[in-house]
This record gives sequence, C-alpha cells and structure tokens, in this order.
Amino acid sequence: MSAAGTRQRERPMNAAGSEGAGDRMQLATTSSQTVGPYLHIGLTWLVTDDLVGPGTSGEPVIIEGRITDADGKPVDDALIEIWQANAHGRYDHPDDTRDLPVEPGFKGFGRVPTDADGAFRLRTIKPGAVPAADASMQAPHINVTIFMRGMLKQLATRIYFPDETANATDPVLCSVRAERRDTLIAKPIGNRALQWNVVLQGAGETVFFEY
Amino acid sequence: MAAHSTPQRKTMLAGYRPADPGTQPDYLYPPYSSTVKRSPSQPLVRLPWSLSEVTGPLFGVDRIMANDFDLTKQHAGDPIGERIVVSGRVLDANARPVANTLVEIWQANAAGRYPHPRDNHNAPADPNFTGCGRTLTDTDGRYRFVTIRPGEYPWRNHYNAWRPAHIHFSLFGPALATRLVTQMYFPGDPLLEYDPMYTSIPDERARGRLVSAFDWETTIPEQALGYRFDIVLRGRDGTPMENDVAKART
Repeated sequence: MSAAGTRQRERPMNAAGSEGAGDRMQLATTSSQTVGPYLHIGLTWLVTDDLVGPGTSGEPVIIEGRITDADGKPVDDALIEIWQANAHGRYDHPDDTRDLPVEPGFKGFGRVPTDADGAFRLRTIKPGAVPAADASMQAPHINVTIFMRGMLKQLATRIYFPDETANATDPVLCSVRAERRDTLIAKPIGNRALQWNVVLQGAGETVFFEY
Repeated sequence: MAAHSTPQRKTMLAGYRPADPGTQPDYLYPPYSSTVKRSPSQPLVRLPWSLSEVTGPLFGVDRIMANDFDLTKQHAGDPIGERIVVSGRVLDANARPVANTLVEIWQANAAGRYPHPRDNHNAPADPNFTGCGRTLTDTDGRYRFVTIRPGEYPWRNHYNAWRPAHIHFSLFGPALATRLVTQMYFPGDPLLEYDPMYTSIPDERARGRLVSAFDWETTIPEQALGYRFDIVLRGRDGTPMENDVAKART
C-alpha cells in the first residue's frame, strides 16, 4: 500500500473524528454494550476475590452481599469489580503522586461474578482516606463497577464502612439524600464481615453514580 | 509566614469529558426486555472528580500468556470456522493512543454456540474453541487477535430473535472513568437493524462505529480475512493544574 494510504489509516476507520477546540482532533467515544449472559467465558480468568496479598497493611475484612432486581429476584449473571486505595490511602496508580507507601501485595483491584443466589464475596482491607475534589478528605470507601446481562452500560457505586466518623463529612455521602445514604454503607454481620447488598430498582434502590 | 496564610494545597484534578450525546444507551431500553427490571429508576448522582475516579487498575504483561491473542491455537486441534484477524487501535477521545491497556474478548463459536452451561442453543459445540482471548495494546494503542468468525444465534428476547454475529470486548484504559465493555459487529450483517442491543444506541453513526471494517492490509493471504475495529475511550479534560488556595506567600 502507498505511504499515503498508510497515513490515512492513522485516522480510525470506524471512529468519527471531529475537529475540536484548537488543533487537536477529537473522536467520538465508542458506545457501551452489555456483557451479556456469557460474560464468564471472557472475564472470569481474572477473578480476584481476595485482594490481600503478602505484606498488606490493615485488617482483612470480608464483604459479602447480593444483587437483586426490581422484583427482588437474585441477579445470577452479574460481575462486580472493585477498586480501592491501600490502608495508607494510596492508590496503586501513577496519577496518585502523594508521598504514601505503595504495597506490592495489594493492588486494589477485585473482580467476582455473582452466584446462583445473586451473591458475591470479597476479602480485602479497609482503605485509608483519600482526598476529595477540594482540599478535604473523603471517608474510606471502595469504588464499585457492576456489569450484567440486561445492563447496557456499567453501573458505578461505592461501599462505605460502618462506624466511621468521617462518613458524616464525606462530600459524596453528603451529596446523597439522607434517606438513601444507607444504601452505600455496609453493615457489620460479625467475624470481621460486612454485608453490602445492591438493589437495582425500587424500594431501597442503591445509589448509583455517574462521573 | 502569617498563621492565617498557611498555604493549603488544592489539587484540581483533570477529569474525563463525558461521552458524546447519543453515543451511549440508556439503562432502560424496553425493546431489550431484561433492562426493564434491572435498570435504576432514580437519577444517577454526579460525582466530583477525585483520585478515586481518575485512577484505576493497570495490568502488566505478566498476566498474558503466549496464545491468549490467538483463539485458534488454544486447543489440540483447529477450531471449525472461518479464520479471521481482528485488529485495531485503542485511542482516547483526544486521539491519543491508549498504550499497554488490557483488552479482553469473548465470543460464540462458528455455529453460534458458547461453551457455557446456560447456552442451550441446539448447535454443535467445538472442543477446539473456547472463545476467550486477551492482550495488551502496544505503545501505539494497537491490538491484534486471531480467531474464527462467530456465528449468529437465537435468543429469547422476542419472537424469532437472533443476535447478529459479534465479539464482546472489555477495556480498562487508564482510569475507572475509561472502563468500557462493548461488542464488535461485522459489516453487512442483516440482523443488526433487528437487534435491540445495537438499536439501544440512540445515534445511528455511533451504532455504525461498532461495526468493524473489512481490512485488506491485515488480511493474511491463504489464511485469514482481516477486520479492523478501532475503539475510543473517554478522553481527559484539559490538563491538571495546581493552585494555592491561600495565595499569600509572605
């Protein structure tokens, strides 16, 4: 092929380009589609239900729960991914440039499918606090992304921890109507375990975010 | 330095621009019947940008095995079907390559059957095809898979419902905000216009960008047809800037 033909290919064939502000080309974002019912084939190789590797600081905690639909029926074909800071409040990511320790045994990523009862279970540690959009600190939280059949784009939500005084001033919790705030806060069920359920629709519907 | 002017470092994080209008489906799309009971009824709560959303998991080559990109070489024998090469670039909305990011794919076999306990479709399984692949993009954002062309298959969404041939894609990008799961379709598939997953995307041009293009350049003579599928993740909004909330530096 000619050199000109090769250069043309630098512009994506199936991606629409539009000239944005200045001289920088901007491209339209690819559309989301559902993971479908057979997500396990492609995604369970990376299941990480225990995030706590050797040398991890912090107390291990079990987080378990169920995902249910508008009729209260279990969602048995969902995938939950979590992303969190370590016990020092440091994300294992180059954009977190704060002078806090990274721990090789704790990456902060978890992935687990739901079972026949719509249930999932993860073992992790309570993260440290991380900064908010302003100079204040957010309460310790775990970022959650959820995929499933019947969901055309992922859902985003958070898990907060019970008996955490910082919850009262957390800017995200405070931005949620008080009567819905509890859907984001896990409940202690003994033996260092917490329960955090996801209600997709209807009474007690979990708070979901966009960003 | 006066006590009242202690500099309070305030980091203004650059977030990610929202997806372009019409490019993303809504949660509720009744023609895709499973969305009816699984879509949130309350409006989403907007999060201000923090490190939680602009960071995300990164995966290295240590997670990838030699044959993970070639779905035709994962078993003792050759899978049935037409070999194809699926390749493309992963870019962000600022047209910059997304390098070293994990791309996961899964798909049905040539007969439209998944090796999955919930797939009861009366079509032959293929012991030489699992239909699962993964790779990392290179420094130019390029990826490449060798696989077989997946078959169409029926589903129970509505009377005589058939999914167009497709390959599922999962991408991470650099942040939680860039996470994307999508599906790639094939050019000229007559089932696309009947498919509620495809038509859930409001903007017709955006739908069309999920359709791969036949690519002569990546077609391997005597071996496999090439299809090109470029993917665009959300792009960062401007550049990070730091400012001192308390400007007084005496």
